[in-house]
Amino acid sequence: MHTIWTIAKRELATFFDSLIAYIILVLFLGFSGFFTWLYGNDIFLVGQANLRVFFNIASWSLFFFIPAITMKMLAEERKTGTLELLLTKSVSDRQVILGKFLGSILLVCIALAATLPYVITVSNIGNLDNGGTICGYLGLLLLSTAYTAIGIFASSITTNQIVAFMTALFIGLFFHIIFGVLAHNFTGSLGQFFDTLDLQSHFESISRGVLDSKDLVYFLSITLLGLYLGEWSLSKRHIS
Amino acid sequence: MDIQIEKLTKTYGPQKAVNDISFDVKTGEVLGFLGPNGAGKSTTMKMITGYIGIEKGDIRIGGKSVTDPESNFKRHIGYLPENNPLYLDMPIIDYLEFCAALQGVEKAKIKGRIREMIGLCGLNREKHKKIGELSKGYRQRVGLAQAMIHDPEILILDEPTTGLDPNQIIEIRKLIRDLGKEKTVILSTHILPEVEATCDRILIINRGNIVANGTPETLRKQAQGNEVLKVRIEDAEAETIAKALNALNTVKDVDLVQREENLFEVQSVAQQSSKRNIFKLCVDKKWVLTELTPLETKLEDIFRNLTVN
Repeated sequence: MHTIWTIAKRELATFFDSLIAYIILVLFLGFSGFFTWLYGNDIFLVGQANLRVFFNIASWSLFFFIPAITMKMLAEERKTGTLELLLTKSVSDRQVILGKFLGSILLVCIALAATLPYVITVSNIGNLDNGGTICGYLGLLLLSTAYTAIGIFASSITTNQIVAFMTALFIGLFFHIIFGVLAHNFTGSLGQFFDTLDLQSHFESISRGVLDSKDLVYFLSITLLGLYLGEWSLSKRHIS
Repeated sequence: MDIQIEKLTKTYGPQKAVNDISFDVKTGEVLGFLGPNGAGKSTTMKMITGYIGIEKGDIRIGGKSVTDPESNFKRHIGYLPENNPLYLDMPIIDYLEFCAALQGVEKAKIKGRIREMIGLCGLNREKHKKIGELSKGYRQRVGLAQAMIHDPEILILDEPTTGLDPNQIIEIRKLIRDLGKEKTVILSTHILPEVEATCDRILIINRGNIVANGTPETLRKQAQGNEVLKVRIEDAEAETIAKALNALNTVKDVDLVQREENLFEVQSVAQQSSKRNIFKLCVDKKWVLTELTPLETKLEDIFRNLTVN
């Protein structure tokens, strides 16, 4: 655990040293703030004191920004050779993957914590549904774990950051949109199947304030699968 | 801590990068790992450090196999990879702290170890910079510092002196020799004088096979075979001298290298020396012997002989 924390701390420090963290925080807050408060699906038009609009926008921002956070985690290390140095320390492949995962989740948590003024603002306007808000944030966090795991897997299979970014976005696209669209286009068990895979429906059910173990299992399975595949792809160096 | 390598094999596709090699390294020994590019040096080092898996054979470190998940062998190894990869956007001190923490140095001792390494590797003037701002030589020092931060019993250094200036090279070689008294050191290099200056034993590999293994002196003896002397004699015709030398019973062959200067290369019969006979001959004939030098086979020649083709 200590090792995982050491790696996570380094990742976080690197983010803040290299300005990436600030850029991502500013973009995330700017993007989600703009669409929540100023443009289009305006939070004031709903007529209710809730943050549903924000949660929806934030799910989209995270969908784009998480691959940008994770893209360099392993791709860059592989490219510069520092991965060799890291993995020859007394560290296991799993600890490296988990450390990187924890580091990027912490950055996401910082970004989400920076949106707390939104909560304060809305709770001043009307009677905020506290349970719903907490569930919304929990949903965003679960969605982030899933996309981070996918991003880390994508970063582990290449030495090129752009390829890692695109791959993560491509895999993410299936969960974020395509499975949902397919679920609408098919009926019967196939439709049911795609609906189960659709991330949006799981996210919405949580952010509506319904905590179902089915949704938790869904997000945790994607996360674990992503991390496992990342570890597997690191360990492939032993064979070839 | 000893390292035993047994019948190690690694194939990349159809090519055998390392082919059934076995050798031992003992505590207090500096092993020089030589070989042309692509001979399998780095592959072997990567297997010892646990970066890539072992295909066939076994590596035992301190008696325990590296395939044993309980062995925790990485903690005993300090490794400086080829090309010295480092996190360029990290400050030196933070980086060393990170390495120390990963290698399980106790928290209370980390600060002291970092100070010691900065002193030992001569990083004091640059210690507050980011690694990316350093010149190549200083980066190499950071690479050495991270390898030694946890005071490992085994040091594996892939070309440790590349990019250093001559003064630094001498310092680092001295450091390696000093470390080698108590620790097990394997170092690979292309610089042959470096091997002679630092290593107790040389291992030359070519195309994944060990082609030579021994101290610099034994390798020289093996490669040289018969004694060869460079001889210069004055006060007589070259032909006369050549004939007289040839007549000596310890001499196998005489080569006239330079006629004007009466310079010869004299090869002795196996296991015999002609030095005394040549001197006696000159005394008898009242010639003046102005040069008598044994020709040593250079390490370069040995290396070339063993690795070309």
